[in-house]
Amino acid sequence: MEFKLSAASFVSEKNFLPLDQSALYDVFIIGGGPAGLTAAVYCMRKGLSTGIVVKSLGGQVADTSDVENYMGYRHISGVDLVEKFREQVHQFPIGYDEGAEVVSFSEGKIKKVVFSDGRSFSCKALIIASGKSWRRLGVPGEDRLTGRGVAFCTVCDAPLFAGKNVVVVGGGNSGVESAIDLAPLASKVTVIQNLSELTADTVLVKKLNSFNNVEFIYNSIVEEILGEDIVSGVKLRDLGTGRVSEIATEGVFVEIGLDPNSRFVPPSLELNRFGEIPVDCNCRTSLTGVFAAGDVTTVAYKQIIIAGGEGAKAALAAWDYLLKLNEEE
Amino acid sequence: MALFENEVRKQLTEILNEMKDDVKLVYFTQQIECPMCREASMFVNEISSLSEKLSQKTYNFVTDKTVAEEYGVDKIPAIVILDKDGTDLGIKYYGVPGGYEINSFLGTVLEVSGHGEEIPDEILNEIKSVKNKIDIKVFVSLACPHCPGAVSTSHRLALENENIRAEMIDSNTFPYLAQRYNVTGVPKIIINEKYELTGAHPINSFLEIMKKIEQEQ
Repeated sequence: MEFKLSAASFVSEKNFLPLDQSALYDVFIIGGGPAGLTAAVYCMRKGLSTGIVVKSLGGQVADTSDVENYMGYRHISGVDLVEKFREQVHQFPIGYDEGAEVVSFSEGKIKKVVFSDGRSFSCKALIIASGKSWRRLGVPGEDRLTGRGVAFCTVCDAPLFAGKNVVVVGGGNSGVESAIDLAPLASKVTVIQNLSELTADTVLVKKLNSFNNVEFIYNSIVEEILGEDIVSGVKLRDLGTGRVSEIATEGVFVEIGLDPNSRFVPPSLELNRFGEIPVDCNCRTSLTGVFAAGDVTTVAYKQIIIAGGEGAKAALAAWDYLLKLNEEE
Repeated sequence: MALFENEVRKQLTEILNEMKDDVKLVYFTQQIECPMCREASMFVNEISSLSEKLSQKTYNFVTDKTVAEEYGVDKIPAIVILDKDGTDLGIKYYGVPGGYEINSFLGTVLEVSGHGEEIPDEILNEIKSVKNKIDIKVFVSLACPHCPGAVSTSHRLALENENIRAEMIDSNTFPYLAQRYNVTGVPKIIINEKYELTGAHPINSFLEIMKKIEQEQ
């Protein structure tokens, strides 16, 4: 039996404090992925009073099995890398909250960040590093059957589909990786792709083709997920012929990419058509004193090291902003 | 052969060193017809040997039926975690806390020992004010990195309020239960047999359901 022990999370130095509703933070950071955590370290090293709210520690990194392109580590698991990030943040007396969700914030010289549990926190500068989360299909049956056959985390849920017939929606890297994880367990895997070919990396496609229980349906989209209490099938539409068909399945893994977590921002904050936050070279957004970093922004190439770098930049830009703010006063 | 490799054993010892008060594991097993009991027994024996503050008492699920009933244990392997006074806090593991789940197990043991992380007062007050009987089942798979968070949160709720009971259930050890509760995604949280949460959720989501339950009364 294997034990995936995160030893450092128990024995490392922990100096963080609960978030304080009566405090006026210099900087408040929304997000606990590489961008938010890096920003936290930079802010604390600058001596700024800082609060951070982490909905899901590590963000997408925590879902990544292996990381081989973050400098300093030839190979490290996503969970271990997140643990190292966390340790580096927790050495500081930072205001820290894990699990809560931000529902809105107000603009102005003093910004107020509101949580879904009703708590609210004030700050002078805000850094949005809320990242991205798995995109949903937005078709009938999806919400109702999530956790009842509709799944988003293959490493978590693949064992529950052993010997079953499953569908993977999406033929990009995440879809093909998901199918590779499922093929050894499931009796049959059907990959549904809206284009005429897979768009995943060649190495992944080659690996997937080594299984003999995988089928592909091209040029098709899922129109509905069927089932009373649990998934029983999907309704497909062929984009070429317009023909609608149904296939029986017990599981649907949705792997069609990511959406930015920017729903909580006020309408006055500019977003692009994908919902990403446009930023300039100094991580500034369209609102004064509001900065953004990482995958939630328009910055190209969503990589851990890039998100980390952007987080550092956002923190330093916030520091500059606060300096000027103090001079004015 | 030992369940814990040397390196893991060393780290576990170091972590358990942080325990404040004594914690007692009550373990239910049997010799036959329990495929996971052998590993569970090794787990309980080995982990309790790593700290003087962590002890264990093993019961036979069949011959010690009355004790099992006393703790509300209805399947095996089962580990019940008691505080220094031997109080049943309503915290259980059904299945071996292996894989990622070792982290929730250690977290829970440390919290029960009095070495817990602070919860903001306003949230703690809400937890303490829950008056209805709450039963939380958290279905997990051991390869799921999000699952320990859900288990820790539910165990923390049980620790803070005696009306709340919380158990981890390994879906692969108890496939018939996973099927009965339609578990196709983990963590899947079932509250009072009626409400469901899928995925990692903040304490707040649990509290909202508990409020709904209160309104129904």
